Amino acid sequence: MALPETAAPELELDSRRAESRRGFLIGLPAWAYLTIFFALPLVIVLVYSFATRSSTGRTQLTGWNLDSYRRLVDPFVFEVFQRSFFLALTTTLICLLVSYPFAYYIATRGARLRNILLVMVMIPFWSNFLVRTYAWKVLLGSDGPISQLSQALGGEPIRLLFTNTAVLIGLVYGFLPFMVLPLYAALERMDWSLVEAARDLYADGWTAFRKVTWPLSRPGVIAGSILVFVPALGAYVTPAILGGARTTLVGDYIVDQFLAARNQPFGSALSMGIMLVLLAATVIYFRSGAKEV
Amino acid sequence: MNGMRRAAIALMALMLVLTACGDDSGGEVQAADCNVGEIDRTTLNFYNWSDYMDPDLIEAFETEYGVDVVESFYESNEAMLSQLQSGVVYDLVVPSDYMIKIMIDENLLFQLDKDALVNYGNLAEDFRTQPYDPNGDFSVAYQYGTTGLGVNLEAVGEDFVESWALIFDPEITQHFAGGVSVLDDPRETMGAALEYLGYSLNDTDMSHLEEATQLIQDAKAHIATFDSDQYSENLALGEVAVAHGYSGNMIVDIGSADNPENFVYILPEEGATLWIDNMAIPTTSAAPCTAHAFIDFLLDAENGAQLTNWNYYGSPNEAATPFIEQEVVDFYADTADANLEVIEDQGDYEINYTDGLARAKG
Amino acid sequence: MSISAGVRPKSPTERMLAGNAWLVYAFFYAPILVLIVFSFNENNNVGIWTEPSLRWYRDVLANDAVMSAIRVSLIVAAISTVVSTILGTMTALSLERFRYRGRRAFDGLVYLPIIIPDVTMAVMLLLFFAQSFQWLDAALGWRPSFGIATISLSHIAFNISFVAVVVRARLGQLDARLEEAAADLYATRWQAFRRVTFPLIAPGVVGGALLALTLSLDDVVVTSFVAGPGSTTLPVYVFGLVRRGVTPLINAVSTLMLVASMVLIAISLGFQRTSRSRVAIREQELEPN
Repeated sequence: MALPETAAPELELDSRRAESRRGFLIGLPAWAYLTIFFALPLVIVLVYSFATRSSTGRTQLTGWNLDSYRRLVDPFVFEVFQRSFFLALTTTLICLLVSYPFAYYIATRGARLRNILLVMVMIPFWSNFLVRTYAWKVLLGSDGPISQLSQALGGEPIRLLFTNTAVLIGLVYGFLPFMVLPLYAALERMDWSLVEAARDLYADGWTAFRKVTWPLSRPGVIAGSILVFVPALGAYVTPAILGGARTTLVGDYIVDQFLAARNQPFGSALSMGIMLVLLAATVIYFRSGAKEV
Repeated sequence: MNGMRRAAIALMALMLVLTACGDDSGGEVQAADCNVGEIDRTTLNFYNWSDYMDPDLIEAFETEYGVDVVESFYESNEAMLSQLQSGVVYDLVVPSDYMIKIMIDENLLFQLDKDALVNYGNLAEDFRTQPYDPNGDFSVAYQYGTTGLGVNLEAVGEDFVESWALIFDPEITQHFAGGVSVLDDPRETMGAALEYLGYSLNDTDMSHLEEATQLIQDAKAHIATFDSDQYSENLALGEVAVAHGYSGNMIVDIGSADNPENFVYILPEEGATLWIDNMAIPTTSAAPCTAHAFIDFLLDAENGAQLTNWNYYGSPNEAATPFIEQEVVDFYADTADANLEVIEDQGDYEINYTDGLARAKG
Repeated sequence: MSISAGVRPKSPTERMLAGNAWLVYAFFYAPILVLIVFSFNENNNVGIWTEPSLRWYRDVLANDAVMSAIRVSLIVAAISTVVSTILGTMTALSLERFRYRGRRAFDGLVYLPIIIPDVTMAVMLLLFFAQSFQWLDAALGWRPSFGIATISLSHIAFNISFVAVVVRARLGQLDARLEEAAADLYATRWQAFRRVTFPLIAPGVVGGALLALTLSLDDVVVTSFVAGPGSTTLPVYVFGLVRRGVTPLINAVSTLMLVASMVLIAISLGFQRTSRSRVAIREQELEPN
């Protein structure tokens, strides 16, 4: 604390309380907003997960039960979840591998170039998501450039469309900015003199990276990973269009419950279940990151 | 611990409150009472499927009646239902057959005042009464179509059986380059499998449903995609050899292919789906009479024809036939003889179709 | 203190990084290229190229539904980006720099919108609005309707968290002592914030704002549930079109939006340049010779 030591203890306590209150007040508007427009609606979903479904698909707020939760332990539900989990994990890893050198490159350019490069990352995503996904369909289809290239090289026409690879390409493409932005934000403000010092100290650049740059950029890595992994877990539109919807993923399964099946209680229970798992996962991930820094 | 207990109590209190607020369905059927061409509000909130209504018709109506039509779009019956049940105000909606029955059961629709519908007689007899709306009191047919198979003759050959086997029999589908495309709709897809097995698409026997699930799982290796949106484009592009889908899309996309004569749309002999979309007025509407005027407007012979000539679906409007493009008339003429079923809502059993498809996909 | 301040020889690592960056940009823009090319396609079908044509561009301006959808999208995006960036930045500051009772709960609350599935968020907001409108109607006789307001409120609800995460990642890098020193220097905390903290976190704030803008412009699921008559946004409209077949009309719209955003960027960069050179001239004038 940068307070002079001659200050009276009561003043110090007061000042700390004032700090505390200031922090609370700064956060209050957002807190109030999220409580009204998020926490409250969430409670409604929680309540619905205990409700029953009428024969016409209406949710009846009577006959509270745990049926929907019992269905969660069905092996099929577990399978669906597992599949989505591994897909999301793979997407996140690939995004990280691709984004890190990319964000590093941008962060080490001059100020004006940095801004231009960053904005050039965002611009493609100001077009429509569906149109971009359909553009990938064309690129990955039987008549697309990839296929034509392989034919020109004397091979068979390759159709990447409707395969798992296509799904990964689509997901990585869609989530890359979510990894790039936090990484860039963390890397850009790093104290590069530390990196220079490390370069002098260590024999090679790789060790300098491992011991200095990487740990310092960790908050960005964590933020980026969460921003990619979580939505990727619930993604279903891209897998449907590029992968052919040949397997059931968690996101699709939940949408089905709320729309086609009109089974809000089960959809709510599923959502609660997913959220709990994700919550646990992010808490663990966070704790592990914090320990090592 | 204190906080947890407080939270639990708050939760239970909320549950009680919500229970007390309860359902506002049930109660009396609301009957509309309108004069011919009466306009009770000059704004009409029209909630429809995308690309299903000719903008020129909207303009014509607006000019003739001095009404402002605000169009909104949905992509599934259930999304539309969700909005209505939440109290969002729409004056006219276009639900499909099975959804009409659900909405009638939920008391979400106005009983129509047929006296206000001068052109009602233009509607073909068959479309005036249907199992989902026995007296046609709550809905007026808008457009209809079938669900069948689009076939690429180059990939499949000229000589084939007009059957669901084209998508479900691995012996046959394994020879198709690119595989086949199947609808991602529980009722349509499970229905097709049930029909292939010799049952009705409205069958409610769990053991039959499990057979159908198994059938689809066995066929999956050659099913390239489960797709309810791009099937006809994929077919026309040559990505898949056979596509399961709706008639209107098929006509349009086959027509825009490089080589339209290589494609044909067939209705499998085991049975296919006939579906009917209908105009209906939700009870939350603030302008039921204006809505009646619009329905009447569309029932006019020439307007009905203009609609069909625009979206290439079947017209239930008999009087419109002379004004409809011959191509479309011919296309739907075959449906009269085909073995067709209409999807009916099965209440509590309904959920099993959705689960069945999810399991079939694995 | 950027490392490229001075002139350095291009090491192999540098070259690899640059090469990687080019590849990534190629990856980003490949579908965009396809998108633009097919917007000039005469054919209805997006995948089958027939001949070049400008018909879709002509159609865009004539199509009321599309123009209305664009308008709604832009209004909602503007409102939600501004509000969520402000609230999100305040959240990040509050959580990262202060300690107070209930901070943990707030922290948890802020992360929930990120981990919740789209559909769940959509449905719960729909249920919430439906229920509250009912109560408001009963209590005050005023029944609000679903529309731009409900969509904006919903977008803000998830955007706050995303902005907060990005700004926090940035704050986490900063040395808190800089801000404490500023607190000593300046008379009020607000001055310290404005002159020291804010400039330091500015890239994070901008990053967060960009993210919020993108999320809002592209949102489909939540928006389609809470929209009302006449308030269809562009992505929802396109999603609806999918049923009947996407035509190059949407490619044309997307291309126009891309061009518009690039023009805006160019203009704002141009402004930055002029203001910076103006500052440089001023500094030269003030410099004692």
